[in-house]
Amino acid sequence: MPRQHFDEELRKLQEHLIRLAGLVESAIGRSIEALKNQDVDLARQVIADDDTIDASQYAIEEEALTLIATQQPLARDLRAISAVISIASELERMGDYAEGIAEITIRGAKEPLLKPLIDVPRMAEMAQRMLHLALDAYMQQDVEAARKLSQADTEVDGLTSQVQDELLSYMLRDPRNVERAMHLIFVAHNLERIADRATNIGERVVFMVTGEIIDLND
Amino acid sequence: MTSQNIVQFDGPTILKAENVAVYYGDKQVLRDVMLSVPTHKITALIGPSGSGKSTLLRCFNRMNDLIRGARVEGQVTYHDQDLYDPEVDPVEVRRRIGMVFQKPNPFPKSIYENITWGARINGYRGTMDELVERSLRRAALWDEVKDRLHENALSLSGGQQQRLCIARAIAIEPEVILMDEPASALDPIATLKIEELMHELKENYTILIVTHNMQQAARVSDYTAMMMLTEDRNSATVIEFGKTQAIFTHPRDRRTEDYITGRIG
Repeated sequence: MPRQHFDEELRKLQEHLIRLAGLVESAIGRSIEALKNQDVDLARQVIADDDTIDASQYAIEEEALTLIATQQPLARDLRAISAVISIASELERMGDYAEGIAEITIRGAKEPLLKPLIDVPRMAEMAQRMLHLALDAYMQQDVEAARKLSQADTEVDGLTSQVQDELLSYMLRDPRNVERAMHLIFVAHNLERIADRATNIGERVVFMVTGEIIDLND
Repeated sequence: MTSQNIVQFDGPTILKAENVAVYYGDKQVLRDVMLSVPTHKITALIGPSGSGKSTLLRCFNRMNDLIRGARVEGQVTYHDQDLYDPEVDPVEVRRRIGMVFQKPNPFPKSIYENITWGARINGYRGTMDELVERSLRRAALWDEVKDRLHENALSLSGGQQQRLCIARAIAIEPEVILMDEPASALDPIATLKIEELMHELKENYTILIVTHNMQQAARVSDYTAMMMLTEDRNSATVIEFGKTQAIFTHPRDRRTEDYITGRIG
């Protein structure tokens, strides 16, 4: 016996989550675009759009709580709703990291970039790919795909240390580099955190499907 | 069968059903039931209508003896004592393993006499006033009735009558209380009072409760046993047993999942 009304409401909630994910993916992509091109207008746009992301997360949380309060979901239904709430919160924080990158772009726009960006855009690409992978795993309820995020996260962590070491050497070479190098270190940190949160989404997918809590981020 | 989903409780248990089958005449209603009831915990029996929950409950204090044509096979033990041993007196069994029914059924006597009646029959030697107060306090009813102990029990509200039945059951100092949908005839407030009371009672008693209300099972019980008709639909059994928290967040058996999420039943 299907629970049509409940299933329909749950489907709407999940669609809402996917729309939020789209906004966040776009914010991350545009924040890196703005950084590379020192495009202050685009950076301002990313910052302004973060309000939409925040509002969307609250709306999802409210819908999810309403479903819990009115439908008393249990077992896989309850896990599905709990996953939506957690993933929405992960996405909202990812949006904040993109906003942070946009703020750095605005702050650093008066001076040319310290160096041509190579590793940072690579990190961004990897973080975006992880988010994409996490969302695919969510939509397909694919535990194996979710587990693969752990490997990708390790790669991002490795690249982060590499970028930080390189920027540190710039700072040691010439103190006038410090401010601009620090900016890029923050950017790398934000991207690394985005990747971490993509693995958190993967953990939620595993929990939603199996009821098992695992750590993909060690 | 689905024995991998029956996690045997490894702490102290007070009641145990092993390979229990129950027949009403030629009709087999329960088969292969394995269940250990943890001591001083609340265990809920859940499952669709006709899955044998009440029948299983009644096995534990030989209430099925009172049903013509009912036959119990397998082993039901209480403190490792076979409850169906010919030497065992079913009246004594029911004294140690009390029961509270779906509809409150106080005697049409005073509140006071409802408590003292069972004790008197059992040769209770203490002070009746003390017994009445102690039992009513344990059933969280004392403050509401202390000034009207000699009024007819039927003048109480449904929720109060049910707590009186619980007080009556505990007045004869049982170890186990079986409850067959004790709150299904009560409003939400009276239901919550019964549930609060159950939490207090498990300090001193073991409770086994049949409930159709999934949220109630989730709220009150420590352990949950899921019952279901077998594949041939001829009889029912316990298909999953485990911590309530686990059963309601990630049941192992697909049928449990479908039942508690409202997709079969």
